[in-house]
Amino acid sequence: MRTGIAVPPEDSDTTFFWKGSLTRGYFRFFGRILVRFILSVHGIGAFALITLGVMFSKIGVATSVVRPLTLLQVARSGLRLLPLASFISLALGLIVIGQTVSVLSRVGANELLGTIMVATVVRELGPLLTALLVLCRSGTATVVELGTARAMGEVEALEVLGIDPIHYFVVPRVIGMAVGIFALTVYLIIGALLSGYLWAFLQDVPLSPGDYFSQMAGALTGLDFVLLAAKSVAFGSGISLIMCYHGLAQPLSIGEVSRATVRAVSQGIVFCVLIEIFFIIVYLLAG
Amino acid sequence: MTTVAISTSSATDAAVPAFEMRDVTVTASRDASAVVLEQVNWTVEAGDFWAVAGLTRSGKSDLLALAAGVSRPSRGVHHLFGQELIAGFEHERLALRLRIGLVFDGGQLLQHLTLEENIALPLLYHRGVSPEISARIQALVELTGLEPWARSTPGTVNRNWQQRIGLARALALKPDILLLDNPLTGLDPRDAGWWLDTLGALAAGHPIVDGKPLTLVVTGDDLRPWRTRARQFAVLKDQQFIPLGQRADLDGHHEPLLQELLPSESLSLPRIIKD
Repeated sequence: MRTGIAVPPEDSDTTFFWKGSLTRGYFRFFGRILVRFILSVHGIGAFALITLGVMFSKIGVATSVVRPLTLLQVARSGLRLLPLASFISLALGLIVIGQTVSVLSRVGANELLGTIMVATVVRELGPLLTALLVLCRSGTATVVELGTARAMGEVEALEVLGIDPIHYFVVPRVIGMAVGIFALTVYLIIGALLSGYLWAFLQDVPLSPGDYFSQMAGALTGLDFVLLAAKSVAFGSGISLIMCYHGLAQPLSIGEVSRATVRAVSQGIVFCVLIEIFFIIVYLLAG
Repeated sequence: MTTVAISTSSATDAAVPAFEMRDVTVTASRDASAVVLEQVNWTVEAGDFWAVAGLTRSGKSDLLALAAGVSRPSRGVHHLFGQELIAGFEHERLALRLRIGLVFDGGQLLQHLTLEENIALPLLYHRGVSPEISARIQALVELTGLEPWARSTPGTVNRNWQQRIGLARALALKPDILLLDNPLTGLDPRDAGWWLDTLGALAAGHPIVDGKPLTLVVTGDDLRPWRTRARQFAVLKDQQFIPLGQRADLDGHHEPLLQELLPSESLSLPRIIKD
């Protein structure tokens, strides 16, 4: 290696910009991403199975410790996010109704307003936005907390005390976040539907509240409720598992916590999109 | 609510060592591929008081972590009261594992809990809520002498006090064996005296553990404070566990590292100065 010339390190993420042909660089770049993705899926899958095993094998164990921790997580992922969820539901109603009204008014199809709200807010945007909101607020905090706990030796301290770190740290978060996201999703959807009518009213759309809500009631099916619950729980448990995996599953130093957080949030977003796609396919197949 | 039978002491315990390592290879807790100690053969009898010394990064903490069952030997066997100590949190293994307590260097308290809650955690987790628990927690807090700070979080008290709470937490379940990692590091004479007196009382049988004499293992980088307290001594050097024998054997021992860890007028000067 020549001296006196600034050369990026061999393993740099930007190596493909300066070394080798562009095609080769791209292959390496995407290959590395693919390998990391496969390793992460493998690790998170194994972590999820371990967590599931602990969750069921320790039902009724140490409830005086685990129950308050679970309630705390429900509050963190649900209750404490109510103000922000209210703001987002207000904005969501405006965004959907604002754009939809202008299009529907041109073709005289305002009677579809409620149906469109169900299709966009109840089935897609409500659960997804709630999941992203919880990911950003509670998910990041989870990685930082657990990463710091890992770096400070708290995991080893629990092991010495005969306390399974998965039972103490992960199980309450998985249950708490699943319940919290479900409750927050219901709240956000109701808020968005109400604010949708408010914005329609302010835009002088000739639609009575009764018509608006009967349109929505007509568009909703039993499957919507089942899939909404399933999707919310999938978002909650998946996000919490990804966050806990990156904070807890591997030895970390304090300096590595920020990088683990960034990686966890990126994978959390990818997970949310994949879950969304999965449920769209389920809707299409069931429909 | 499932509770764990904490102590399973029996008459047969007297016949077996408190713990025993045979040809054990110790790896670093943060990197399982890095060997720290090799071929450790160590028998600790019930009632022993061991002081294990070594320089920085000699593997003291990793040895204690393995002894406490936090990590596994990559080779060899580790027996606790005659039974192989296997990692895991199953009910039948817990009763054995909880007979050994570990006080980490610096305490390693859970930062989101108060000092009092840290002490209460093992009791609440393994025994559930009961009327006796608050009295037990109160007694453990009094042992540390930190009553006014019991409801503070670990971040608001110094490292030494965190380690005192770590001691109280380790004693909460009344273990038979207590391992302490560097309990005297960075202490002023008064705090060091508190630790030496408390550990001496625990080795003799303290009311906080129902008067039962504890088996103690302490580590440190200076053997002088332990010379009149501990009864058995060992050093860690070049990835080896070297037993030195009992108190009376120290003066006549020719281990060069001992001269650095136990400088005194009765011993020759360290080699580096003599040369």
